[in-house]
Amino acid sequence: MSVTTMAKAINAGLRKALEDDAKVVLMGEDIGKLGGVFRVTDGLQKDFGESRVIDSPLAESGIIGTCVGMAMRGLRPVAEIQFDGFVYPAFDQIVSQVAKYHARSEGRLPMPITIRIPFGGGIGAVEHHSESPEAYFAHTAGLRVISPSNPLDAYVMVQQAIRCDDPVIFLEPKRRYWDKADVDGSIDVAAAPSPFEARVVRSGDACTVACYGPMVRTCLEAATAAAHDGTELEVIDLRSISPLDVATVAASVRRTGRLVVVHEASVFLGIGAELAARIAEECFYSLEAPVLRVGGYHAPYPPSRLEDDYLPDLDRVLDAVDRALAF
Amino acid sequence: MTADGGPELVQLLTPEGERVHHPEYDVDLSEEQLRGLYRDLVLVRRVDAEATALQRQGELGLWAPLLGQEAAQVGSGRALLPQDFAFPTYREHGVAWTRSVDPLQLLGLFRGVTNGGWDPHEHNFNLYTIVIGDQCLHAVGYAMGVQRDGGDGAVICYFGDGATSQGDVNEAFVFSAVYNAPVVFFCQNNQWAISEPLERQSRIPLYQRAQGFGFPGVRVDGNDVLAVLAVTSAALDAARDGQGPTLVEAFTYRMGAHTTSDDPTRYRVAADVEAWKLKDPIERLKVYLARSGWADSAFFAGVEAESEALAVRLREGCRAMDPPPATFIFDHVYAEPHPLVSAEREAFVAYHASFEGGH
Repeated sequence: MSVTTMAKAINAGLRKALEDDAKVVLMGEDIGKLGGVFRVTDGLQKDFGESRVIDSPLAESGIIGTCVGMAMRGLRPVAEIQFDGFVYPAFDQIVSQVAKYHARSEGRLPMPITIRIPFGGGIGAVEHHSESPEAYFAHTAGLRVISPSNPLDAYVMVQQAIRCDDPVIFLEPKRRYWDKADVDGSIDVAAAPSPFEARVVRSGDACTVACYGPMVRTCLEAATAAAHDGTELEVIDLRSISPLDVATVAASVRRTGRLVVVHEASVFLGIGAELAARIAEECFYSLEAPVLRVGGYHAPYPPSRLEDDYLPDLDRVLDAVDRALAF
Repeated sequence: MTADGGPELVQLLTPEGERVHHPEYDVDLSEEQLRGLYRDLVLVRRVDAEATALQRQGELGLWAPLLGQEAAQVGSGRALLPQDFAFPTYREHGVAWTRSVDPLQLLGLFRGVTNGGWDPHEHNFNLYTIVIGDQCLHAVGYAMGVQRDGGDGAVICYFGDGATSQGDVNEAFVFSAVYNAPVVFFCQNNQWAISEPLERQSRIPLYQRAQGFGFPGVRVDGNDVLAVLAVTSAALDAARDGQGPTLVEAFTYRMGAHTTSDDPTRYRVAADVEAWKLKDPIERLKVYLARSGWADSAFFAGVEAESEALAVRLREGCRAMDPPPATFIFDHVYAEPHPLVSAEREAFVAYHASFEGGH
């Protein structure tokens, strides 16, 4: 496949999933002829037909609710929610049905449903198109929540999500859709590392920075800047939000003694809060500073001309690192 | 809206037990089949009465009675073929009976020993759904699956008059219509959504809603097991035949409370209930069978004896239903291993083990 964008890598991953398993069906608004508003499903309906790549009525609860029924009948549905802010009409179906059917049925009705959601800000969009709803879903037992940060992970992880017998909320960092990287299309997905495990993407000894999705690139850029000043940051791409790979973060913090968690979602009761609590419990005697968090404010996502002041950026990450190092 | 269902009501057996004919719908049942329906109705009512009593005795935390809706449930349930699949609410004890779900298994949810209770695939009868209307989308999705794997079954979805106000039910109508899904929407209009009368849900008769979605709607006497069977069979046939969805409105009445926690005397008058007693679904079939000479007192006594035995089995079986071990909490959260659930389970076990010998 060579050098490709994240959007095209997900497209290739979906294509591979459709080829590998006849039970895989895609469903969503405008995913057919249009190829999705971000063109992530471009060409798939043409090649796999309207029965497997299904343009749905404009109703998000309807999309997820019918995916539940299709899963009961043995299909492996992949739903596309067009934008993060449009997932809430489907919230009941996701939380009350998708998440609970396996438990309620005592394992008889698995829900191998993947729910793809472009999420996060940074693209100058209008209201309801820049949100980060991951904490809502991570808080719900029965769901898995993962987010790739780069094209290769996106290609592999979307296939892993589809193969998973549990429901997976697959959060696509839409501002990184056009990021390019080398993607090896011949990679053996079955042998790839678990999508539910974190990865150390840059080694360092001064401070650990944990992040996921769109913030991984931001944090890597911050680490490069810090290195110019002689500070080596260890950057961890969490990749999975539920389950949360605390062990990988804890192993790092035991060496660095410091942790900064970065996400676009608001800080209050976010993933950073959970990670801070767990690291405080597991690494109490290794910590040189309290766990610090960088994220959105407790305010609605602002008008897009103000989003640069809302989203964590390189400077805010480094500011938090400085504060951690000052203890 | 007329209290008697109006002239559009499909009826084949009057409340007085008189067999009447309808230009469009009919059934051709043997005496044995008619006796079978009577037996179903009586035993289902007995299951309901026993469960209500078990709740009063503290054996169940809650029960949602079906009293008055036996014909709507048995008639539609007996219209199903083995390959058809039913999506119930939490009140479809009569449909469960027709799908060979042991009534004891229905009690588990209400006794608090499970959130499920049976194997949906074994009976082609889904688990009860408590969130109002959610199951209608599941039914349509299941029907879309049938379309894709070339199955020859249809799907039936149960819901009530209150549910017709839910977005998910209306979305289910839309999805089924545009995909021509093989599904029958079976609405038991029992006139009450807990305390709210139908006027709080709709300005028009519910079956007429179907027209706006582009598929047929029909109102049937929900207390007439023959008419329900005829109308549902026709709708299922149409679905299997590729003609898409139908909305069946079974016009009936919730004779009991919404659940055992409800008090209907606060919101409806006894005279209404008395009027509906005269339309009882079992009595009219009994009169029809007796008058036609197809069932004698020995038959009725036999059903009564069977009902007594069933009641004993339910009482004893219910009391013997123990909760699973506490680690059940963690057993089926995920299909694949999840480290947080595993860790919490271990901590839970260790915590409880720490009491051994100490107490």
